[in-house]
Amino acid sequence: MLSYATLFASGLICIALALNAWRLIVGPTTPDRIIAVDTMYINSIALIILLGLYQGTTSYYESALLIALLGFVSTAAFCKYLLRGDIIE
Amino acid sequence: MTNILEIVVSFLLVLGAIIMLIGSIGLAKLPDYFTRLHAPTKASTLGVGCILIASMVYFSFDLGRLNLKEFLITMFLFITAPIAAHMLAKAGLQYKVKLKEDTYNKDLSAKAYLHKAPDED
Amino acid sequence: MSKKSKFVWFPTPYHSLLLWLVWQILHEFSRGHMVLGAVFAIVIPWIVAPLSEKEPVAKNPLKVLLYLLRLVQDIIVSNFEVAKRVLQSNRHLKPAFIAVPITISEPLPLTIFTSSVSLTPGTCSVELSDDKQWLYVHVLHLEDEQKLIAQIKQRYEAPIKEIFQC
Repeated sequence: MLSYATLFASGLICIALALNAWRLIVGPTTPDRIIAVDTMYINSIALIILLGLYQGTTSYYESALLIALLGFVSTAAFCKYLLRGDIIE
Repeated sequence: MTNILEIVVSFLLVLGAIIMLIGSIGLAKLPDYFTRLHAPTKASTLGVGCILIASMVYFSFDLGRLNLKEFLITMFLFITAPIAAHMLAKAGLQYKVKLKEDTYNKDLSAKAYLHKAPDED
Repeated sequence: MSKKSKFVWFPTPYHSLLLWLVWQILHEFSRGHMVLGAVFAIVIPWIVAPLSEKEPVAKNPLKVLLYLLRLVQDIIVSNFEVAKRVLQSNRHLKPAFIAVPITISEPLPLTIFTSSVSLTPGTCSVELSDDKQWLYVHVLHLEDEQKLIAQIKQRYEAPIKEIFQC
């Protein structure tokens, strides 16, 4: 039952990722694309955790943590770039 | 015991995935930038929280010891999500994105961009 | 630098405890890491504490816990409301900007307040006015402006002011 639930949840999250990719391509403005990337990294964290559950191993945890950390930093950097035209002031 | 555990974990997984899907649907279909900001930054945070807690519960019983690692990611996401949302909103104001036609109090966005009080000229 | 202060073992006790706990969670509560985590939890605040500014401290931990519980409850309840709005047609949506008058001025309580407003879906804090008297909030679906402002002030601002006593 758990493996079916994992597969079903992975399917839903793949659809969510496809929707995000659509928003990333269509735009229409740069901030919209940043939101799309931001949502995409959150979705990919969930996908990695689901892969770990499906295979019964905890070793994917570190990659999920790294994506969470770097995703936030990259969102902040993109926004700073839009706000000031410069990343490091 | 394992049956109840499986049911609880499966329920949390599916619930989390559905919430995240709704967040992404919101990102795809809502009409303007600021409304699009709402759905993904929060719905996705709660959804990923559900999935991480499911994983935490499952591995705690599976390995037979307390496993709180996923809780750290959940906490981190809950702390950073509003900050990311705030920065995205500021970037949107700076970029002067188009607002939905019938947005109430549309002129407040110009005041917010200039950091002024609403009654100030 | 100018003022020579007395040596303190734990300049920031809550941060030390948090640091130790996070280290334990990352390393699964083994005995060696308990000692190593304790060393880090004691030494790092010595280095970092002089760099940070003095922030108001919560006087009553019980109230903080109650506030967090209420916040989690609000997040869950209002997430379902936003989900309902997302799945409905766009035509029924009434997005709005509102200006909320605020009376908090210290940085840390203000950050917690704006984050709480952002985390509860349906509202998203956008910008502060320069004199820190007004918070601009974007609302996904506005029913009643005055009611929403009163709700934000009563549910989030009042408890934070009570916790930090500012």
